[in-house]
Amino acid sequence: MSGVGTTQAIAPVGTPQTRARSRPPLRALLPWAAGPAWFVAALVTWRWPDADDFPDTTTLAGLFAGIGVALLSAAALRRLSARAPWMIALGLGFAAWELVQAKLLLLPRPFFGTPQDLLDVFLTDWKRLGDSLLHSLGLLVVGYTAGSILGIATGVGLGRSQRFRYWALPIVRLIGPLPPVSLLPLAMVLIPSNWLASEALMALGSGFPVTILTWSGVAAVDPAYYDVARTMGARDRFLVLRVALPAAMPQIFVGLFMGLGMSFVMLVIAEMLGVKSGLGFYMQWAQGWAAYPNMYAALLVMSLMCTGLITILFKVRDRILGWQKDGLKW
Amino acid sequence: MVTHPAPMDIQLRGIHHGYPIGGTFTPVIEDVSLDIAPGEFVALLGPSGCGKSTLLRLVAGLEPPHAGQVLAGGVPVSGPGPDRIVMFQDPTLYPWRTVRANVALSRDIAGRRDDAAVDAAIAMVGLKGFERAWPHQLSGGMAQRAALARALVNEPRLLILDEPLGKLDSLTRLTMQTELLRLWQKRGFTVIMVTHDVEEALLLATRVVTFSTRPARVISDVSIDLPYHRHRDDPRLLALRREILVRLGHSEDW
Repeated sequence: MSGVGTTQAIAPVGTPQTRARSRPPLRALLPWAAGPAWFVAALVTWRWPDADDFPDTTTLAGLFAGIGVALLSAAALRRLSARAPWMIALGLGFAAWELVQAKLLLLPRPFFGTPQDLLDVFLTDWKRLGDSLLHSLGLLVVGYTAGSILGIATGVGLGRSQRFRYWALPIVRLIGPLPPVSLLPLAMVLIPSNWLASEALMALGSGFPVTILTWSGVAAVDPAYYDVARTMGARDRFLVLRVALPAAMPQIFVGLFMGLGMSFVMLVIAEMLGVKSGLGFYMQWAQGWAAYPNMYAALLVMSLMCTGLITILFKVRDRILGWQKDGLKW
Repeated sequence: MVTHPAPMDIQLRGIHHGYPIGGTFTPVIEDVSLDIAPGEFVALLGPSGCGKSTLLRLVAGLEPPHAGQVLAGGVPVSGPGPDRIVMFQDPTLYPWRTVRANVALSRDIAGRRDDAAVDAAIAMVGLKGFERAWPHQLSGGMAQRAALARALVNEPRLLILDEPLGKLDSLTRLTMQTELLRLWQKRGFTVIMVTHDVEEALLLATRVVTFSTRPARVISDVSIDLPYHRHRDDPRLLALRREILVRLGHSEDW
């Protein structure tokens, strides 16, 4: 908008009007181009003969066409303004991928698959993929939750109690910075269950950043906040739960975010080395069989899982930290 | 007619206090004794950093004195209590609570909800309509009003004010002075207020106590028996102002 204003101020009198008049129609047409971009992808997939015997070519063409129809209806309902450029790029991208690999076979197989291969994995192996996803989620949620609760409790203790700090800080400093992976061989021997060992290490990995950031948040609370509550007769319980914790919440969320990243790392390592299920195990298995499309599919699922979990974390953050003036939008 | 709790009397008996600064003990308050009658509005004046705010912390019970005794209502002060509320120079509203939740703080601490009292306190300081605002959305004066409402919702018997208007612009300050006076006259609680502003002390207080440079000692204790509503250009007020400034060592500057 400001760009238009600047042009008007500098350019000669005639041009801005013509530009202003010709520009909106072009932008208004953009949503209508998203559907056709996917039709192009469908047409290339359907009519251009495959370079080899690939599965599900017709299904894929149908899928592309279906998305094209959905996008056209979205444009008709005026629901597709901000996302239109991305949708066009995605449609054309799929068309190009289809062209390069399925039709012309320009990249070495089997490392580079076709869109058909990927679709085939989801159509034939969805059950095992879904099962792996559930196992990974289960492992992650338990370890991460345990680590976060432990981290917040330890952080508050470090920030509020001199005696707790005296005993706990050396332990935190000794164990915290150690990459949890390095404890994996030992944990697998000491703890009888692989599952429990992985959970313990994941809790350790995610708990450390949460501990440090909770501590720093609690230590930075304005002492006047405590004075205000104390003059009104507040006891320790109120000071911790209703003053220190909410005041430290912005920092705690940074710790929770870092801890979540840490637990993703621990998840994959645990599943590749010990736990016999989950997406990491699936990938390991796919590599063993040189089933690269399966690996891509598992990667896609894992990426969606991770970004989904971070989105949930940020949604919770936005709700709890609605009082902050500004904040990063995920 | 609402009945308010009886105002509180305060006795300071031979108070000594200090802090270790850089390894050595620095005395901050030296042998201060004061008798404050119920319902008085006492202004504490003194040079910057002389220990007036420390004295308020002792009266509030946030710290025990090094030597001497603080009696509130005849009982030795052993800690903070909800009938002695402090209002600080900064509003110190909790940024994660709305204006309404901030005002309701003392109710939350006591575990007794009283929506009517909270609403009344908000209305009293003129913040109706801002209940759901976040503290960062308030101006300095509005934030200080919210802090005042938070202090008053509990019906304190003693209001301890630590330069509550120090950071406000001069016009907001005038309004808030009138407001404070009105609330004190209406509610009848005892007020102890630290201020740097001689004029403010003379406009509001029934008694002005002047302190020396650190360590703080009482150097004068003057009753101001001028009727309210006082005017800034009242010759009696100007004479008192000159007298106090001279006592504070500013015989040349005013």
